[in-house]
Amino acid sequence: MTSLFEEIAESAPDDVPVNRVSVTVNGRRRTADIEPRLLLAHFLRQGLKLTGTHTGCDTTNCGACTVLLDGKAVKSCTVLAVQADGREVTTVEGMAGGSELDPVQEGFKDEHALQCGFCTPGMMLSARALLNENPDPTEDEIRFALSGNLCRCTGYQNIVKAVLWAAAKERGEDPTGAVASYGARQDGVRPPGQNGAQQ
Amino acid sequence: MTQTADPQQQAPAPLDEIKIGGMGASRRRVEDNRFIRGRGNYLDDVVLPGMLHMEVLRSPMAHARIKSIDASKAWEIPGVRLVLTGEALATRNLGWMPTLSYDTQAVLATDKVRFQGQEVAAVIADDPYIAKDAVTAIQVEYEPLPPIVNPEQAQAADAPIIRDDKLGQADNVVFDWQVGDSAGTEQAFAQADVVSHMKLHYPRTHPSPLEACGAIADFDRATGKLTVYLTTQAPHIVRAAVALIAELPEHQIRIISPDLGGGFGNKVPVYPSYVVAIVASILAERPVKWVEDRTGNLISTGFGRDVYLDGQVAMRNDGKILAVKMNTTSDHGAFFADAQPSKFKIGLMHSAFAAYDIPYAHLSARGVYTNKAPGGVAYRCSFRVTEAMFFQERMIQAAADDVGLDQAEFRRRNLVRDDDFPHRTPYGFLTDSGQYAKCLDLALKEIDYEGFLVEQAEARKEGRLLGIGISTMTEPLGAGNSREYDILGIKMFDSAELRVHMTGKAILRTGAKTQGQGHETTWAQIVAHELGLPADDVVVEEGDTDTAPFGMGTYASRSTPVAGAAIAMAARKVKAKARKIAAHLLEVSEEDVEWQLGRFYIRSQPARGVTIQETALAAYSNMPDGLEPGLEASAYYDPPNLTWPFAAYVCTVEIDPDTGVWDVLRFVAVDDCGVRINPLIVEGQIQGGLTEAYAMASMQFITFDADGNCVGSNFMDFLLPTAWETPGWELHEVVTPCPHHPIGAKGVGECATVGGPAAFVNAVVNALSHRGVRNVDMPMLPDRVYEALTTGRDVSGAPPVKTD
Amino acid sequence: MYPGRFRYVSPRSIEDALAVLSDAEGEGKVLAGGQSLIPLLKLRFASPSVLVDINNLPGLDHVRMERDGSFRIGALARHAMLERSPDILRHQPTAAAAAPLIADPIVRNRGTLVGSVCHADPQGDWAAVMIAAGGSVVAQGPEGSRTIAVRDFVTGPFQNVLGYDEIAVEAIIPAPTGTVVGGFLKLERRVGDFATAGAAVSLELAGGRVARAGIALTGVGSATIDAADAAGALLNRPLGAESIDRAATLAAEAAQPKSDHRGSADYKRHVVHTFVRRILAGLAEQTERAA
Repeated sequence: MTSLFEEIAESAPDDVPVNRVSVTVNGRRRTADIEPRLLLAHFLRQGLKLTGTHTGCDTTNCGACTVLLDGKAVKSCTVLAVQADGREVTTVEGMAGGSELDPVQEGFKDEHALQCGFCTPGMMLSARALLNENPDPTEDEIRFALSGNLCRCTGYQNIVKAVLWAAAKERGEDPTGAVASYGARQDGVRPPGQNGAQQ
Repeated sequence: MTQTADPQQQAPAPLDEIKIGGMGASRRRVEDNRFIRGRGNYLDDVVLPGMLHMEVLRSPMAHARIKSIDASKAWEIPGVRLVLTGEALATRNLGWMPTLSYDTQAVLATDKVRFQGQEVAAVIADDPYIAKDAVTAIQVEYEPLPPIVNPEQAQAADAPIIRDDKLGQADNVVFDWQVGDSAGTEQAFAQADVVSHMKLHYPRTHPSPLEACGAIADFDRATGKLTVYLTTQAPHIVRAAVALIAELPEHQIRIISPDLGGGFGNKVPVYPSYVVAIVASILAERPVKWVEDRTGNLISTGFGRDVYLDGQVAMRNDGKILAVKMNTTSDHGAFFADAQPSKFKIGLMHSAFAAYDIPYAHLSARGVYTNKAPGGVAYRCSFRVTEAMFFQERMIQAAADDVGLDQAEFRRRNLVRDDDFPHRTPYGFLTDSGQYAKCLDLALKEIDYEGFLVEQAEARKEGRLLGIGISTMTEPLGAGNSREYDILGIKMFDSAELRVHMTGKAILRTGAKTQGQGHETTWAQIVAHELGLPADDVVVEEGDTDTAPFGMGTYASRSTPVAGAAIAMAARKVKAKARKIAAHLLEVSEEDVEWQLGRFYIRSQPARGVTIQETALAAYSNMPDGLEPGLEASAYYDPPNLTWPFAAYVCTVEIDPDTGVWDVLRFVAVDDCGVRINPLIVEGQIQGGLTEAYAMASMQFITFDADGNCVGSNFMDFLLPTAWETPGWELHEVVTPCPHHPIGAKGVGECATVGGPAAFVNAVVNALSHRGVRNVDMPMLPDRVYEALTTGRDVSGAPPVKTD
Repeated sequence: MYPGRFRYVSPRSIEDALAVLSDAEGEGKVLAGGQSLIPLLKLRFASPSVLVDINNLPGLDHVRMERDGSFRIGALARHAMLERSPDILRHQPTAAAAAPLIADPIVRNRGTLVGSVCHADPQGDWAAVMIAAGGSVVAQGPEGSRTIAVRDFVTGPFQNVLGYDEIAVEAIIPAPTGTVVGGFLKLERRVGDFATAGAAVSLELAGGRVARAGIALTGVGSATIDAADAAGALLNRPLGAESIDRAATLAAEAAQPKSDHRGSADYKRHVVHTFVRRILAGLAEQTERAA
């Protein structure tokens, strides 16, 4: 602890299993004694008050809880907080470096890639992970990479544009130009093998 | 001050309305600033000191008597503070509560459970993990009863009575209702050359916003005030309902609706768990938080649709429609809890065929109880206009085929003409404006309709199945004028309060409640349009009943039509007062003052003027005699009529004949929603709505097996499309301003969900038409399409689902 | 949404891990990717008394092609690693086709092939791939290690032959004797869905004939189905229309689907037939072009 004025939690009864974890979250090391059944999503939200990570389902489908664990996108509702011991977690709150926004965040705002905002943190972190690996993705690659994040509001089209925008900006190109040439998808291509499409 | 004695000086250049974020500006959203930083304030983000957590025990049975509930083991778990059952609530007369449709609904089950997932008990504990441990430890003994999963079973002679709690309820019928001209319709049918018949089921589906429902109830005994943080699209309605149900005085109830992670109608009803949380807070004397999980949301909260249609279209041989008959049976679940204008039992189902020039129509509607969650009016439906327009376009498609006309030509021959407004629809609505043929023609041109028909014929020779589907919609948005519209007797107006500060910045409050539609951004644009205040200078607040002026909430696409109008009117009142101040500052009489955006000036000396900001400062520092200081106004808007946007959607698909899988090739959307405040946001609404339409058409529904088990109570089986499946949307616009709305705007939020589904279904059915198939119920899953293709028969999706 | 209580250990050696499982006498569960286990814990369909996290065990995160062309896939090899492995893409087309269809991209960052095979979900994908490829699982226990063919490894829905004191440490795809060709088709309603029906086909061609064949089906039985008769119909002859037809028919007969909300049993059987035929026809065409 860095402050003497922190509230000290009530101790757990002896028969409750407790593990100590030390996780680096958005560059800060956080140490706590927790029950192993505590989900990483709850550790972040309730334990660390980082409420930007959201929970939207109970079957590991929606991706609203997506964070980066050692740089890889994971669903924090399906990772135990104890599993993050000794590892690095990046949440949406860690995306902006100081006062400057990550180009993904800028792109989402510029292209109206969010409406209610609930899926947005997870969606942006998935996009961030994609661009870290692939700085010039095609529309299909973007849609495929984001297929683990559900959005109920936008219909994804503007999200694709936002990622194209951010990718262009990071490559040093004009982002509005990259988006201006975007056309709505006009075919039904799926990944090879899905639903019997010819390989 | 810009007063000057030199009449030669030029008047300043007029403000660029787009630059200041006025009407028509694709202004980037204000709310994004916090959302992209993860600094939204959603319900589960709110933490109050001493807060406890509530978890609900839900019934695994669809229909059963409760023989006993043993919560003793739950009480023993450390950290458990309270366990509530129906019995405990009943002693406080809170076992049952009224619904928004004048029925009653169980808060916690007492005698019976009436649907799988119904709330049976609640545990309040120090954290939700402990609460879940305790819920798991509660033992309930059930005595199964036969479950009813569709209207046919509900109306069978030997069907068990689901609502045996209601005195005098002798069957499972909720209501019988009708509208239209029965005699005229029968006569028209008797004279018809061709009668087209269509039967189908619009399946149960669910709004499923990504954020589920929740409440934090905080009763403060010291002040006697109940504060409830609530996921609600209509905070003032909830305040009134809580006052009624909990018998607390209205001024001591504060409902705070924070940021909402989507609504789509799911967050309009007052759910039992809200009431339980309130009771728990009163008993525990601490804040109680209840956050619903996805399963609870899907299995127990307000679903949408679940209506069966038996429809007929009477026509002349040349394709002119003479009359339509609609017979609907709606499945309302175990309680009639729809949120809709109280006069209309089946919502605005009778808005069907409003865009077509048809003289006679009749609708008879029956609602039944089943062993399922209560609801029906939700999910971007505009009060069942989704059903109305889906039924309409499916009947139109079949009628065109039956009379042997091309789909586009059939519609052209029957659509209301531009010069025929205001137009009285066959069910008695009055539509205000539209350019229907222009929208349809634009859509057909963009998709190259003629070219596709050629391509389709060529493809069929190779055994490839292509299809094209058209859907049009118009809908009454902006409920509604006080003569006809009310919910529980409360009229459906909205209000707005605008206060301009001395430095020319302003705060605007309304009784609407955004759930992603961007009110914080667009409402300020209306003020910018009316007053020339830059939109960035206007902060918008909604959602706290202690400060927000009264409103009936945001759903049914009513906010731009009603709250938006109230905002314009409040701004005009402010402008009227500012004009008086300007006259005083310019030392002329009011008749000599002219207005241009943001500025009053002397008509004969345009260079002499004052900005709106200067009048604001004067309102606090240099008032004319006889005028109150300050610059603010509020306005209540009772809409004279509803607004009627129109859309034409065209979809092309290809079906894989070996698996029944179909893919969207293209989707063209032409929307006419009148004047667009923020084009970027309007397009976002349409894209989102089309995606929900696609979801319903392809994969998303809730069904039940023969035992009443809910299939689709989690995201493994209730399927939302991902970015991968979702097609691209090609959007186009036509603008026909609304003649009676202060800024010419119409609603738009739900249009695409209303009109979209039929485009997909019509396209797939078109691709199968060579087999004689007339209908495949949504969702058109591959196995259903394959069945239709191979058997040549229509495919129904009605429950119970067939299992081995 | 909230799991029940359990103890948790994250040992640094396999011996420590085995010791904990042994002590737990069947009440322990191995945690690798957790993308199947943790959802079960959250729904409270599983309530182990102790979780043994193997993510910190060394030497388990490999996807390695040996010199003889066999593959060794460690227990911590994530689906995403297989999806991106150039060796898999080039040399194991069945696995390469299946990898991008497992769950969704985020789950693929955590979930493991070995974990998926052990989980033995009748709608899972990897078991079918491994059976078609003739693969096996290496299990380590207190007595040492043993290698079990995947077709013998899965015994029923969510059931495998591992003892409670054993850990699966590796999956093996055997060295090929000919040119490896194959495919995987899965009918899912959308990304992330389980298979309504899926077919894995893995062949080795030598001298213009099928020298080895494996066909396995997912989603159409109480466990992954080894369509051995269908595979047998392809052996020792070139891939031709007749043998392809026969194989597809036998594969459909091997399927034991149930009617449910995903479709009727007949439909699922038909999808199996279609997929096996499509994969084989595609391979025949591909082989012809190469020749």
